[in-house]
Amino acid sequence: MKLKQVEKILDATVCTNFPYEDIEVSAACGSDLMSDALAFGEDKGLLLTGLNNPQSIRTAEMMDISCVVLVRGKEPDESLVSLANEKQIVVMRTDNLMFTSCGLLYEAGLSGGKIPYASS
Amino acid sequence: MQVLKQQHNVCANDFAMAGAASAAVKKTLNQLGFPSAFVRRTSIAMYEGEINMVIHADGGTADVEIAEDYVKITLTDKGPGIADIDLAMQEGWSTASESVRELGFGAGMGLPNIKKQSDELEVISVAGEGTTLIITTKVNEQ
Ligand SMILES: Nc1ncnc2c1ncn2[C@@H]1O[C@H](COP(=O)(O)OP(=O)(O)O)[C@@H](O)[C@H]1O
Ligand SMILES: [Mg+2]
Repeated sequence: MKLKQVEKILDATVCTNFPYEDIEVSAACGSDLMSDALAFGEDKGLLLTGLNNPQSIRTAEMMDISCVVLVRGKEPDESLVSLANEKQIVVMRTDNLMFTSCGLLYEAGLSGGKIPYASS
Repeated sequence: MQVLKQQHNVCANDFAMAGAASAAVKKTLNQLGFPSAFVRRTSIAMYEGEINMVIHADGGTADVEIAEDYVKITLTDKGPGIADIDLAMQEGWSTASESVRELGFGAGMGLPNIKKQSDELEVISVAGEGTTLIITTKVNEQ
């Protein structure tokens, strides 16, 4: 799914200052706890979070995640946006809640990650 | 390839800067052309360790040794130490405060994930003196 589609589906606003429309994401994870994302997330994906500080960008950077969506109507901190611009990681904000945001993207065909700890 | 050595200071009083050392190492590994999955797991492991030095200790240093087929990261701090390492290695076990959780950490998943992403992990800690984490990732494993 292209990020311009993500923007439309979530009725989101892009907060970073570089081209993003054609960047592809293939999976998403949603968490306010960065260690959960770091343990269970997928690369080439999208991170949905309510965490409004630069560590959401650091986490995305370590994981090769290209876009962070800030949910629940939060206005991203300037420190978050400036790090994101530097690292070329797209930041969007949406008024939608976490569950709704994930649901809308899932419904549109974006999948979640594999379950790494599932037995057999 | 010659073994490359780097040292990074990890500062505890600027949470916005936490992860900067891991980001610098990640950049170097990418520039040297290591496979992306290897770079990713090395970076994730170092980042969790770096965050631990910020939230649980009072910062510290990261010594990084980059060789052709492995990366060895030594994280040293003079924080409170870990009283029970086996317990600390368990998923979900955390002494982090609510204020740390509000910053997005403290799920108790850091050390287990470092173990998972790395090929060798040594945790040396003396309560009251500090903690040293030696994380090794090998290019041709996992
Ligand atoms: N560098 C450190 N200094 C002191 N204690 C630590 C350090 N790293 C980890 N710990 C202890 O081990 C526990 C588990 O660490 P971790 O798995 O990373 O989870 P979390 O950081 O989310 O609490 C921490 O809550 C803390 O008590
Ligand atoms: Mg931790």
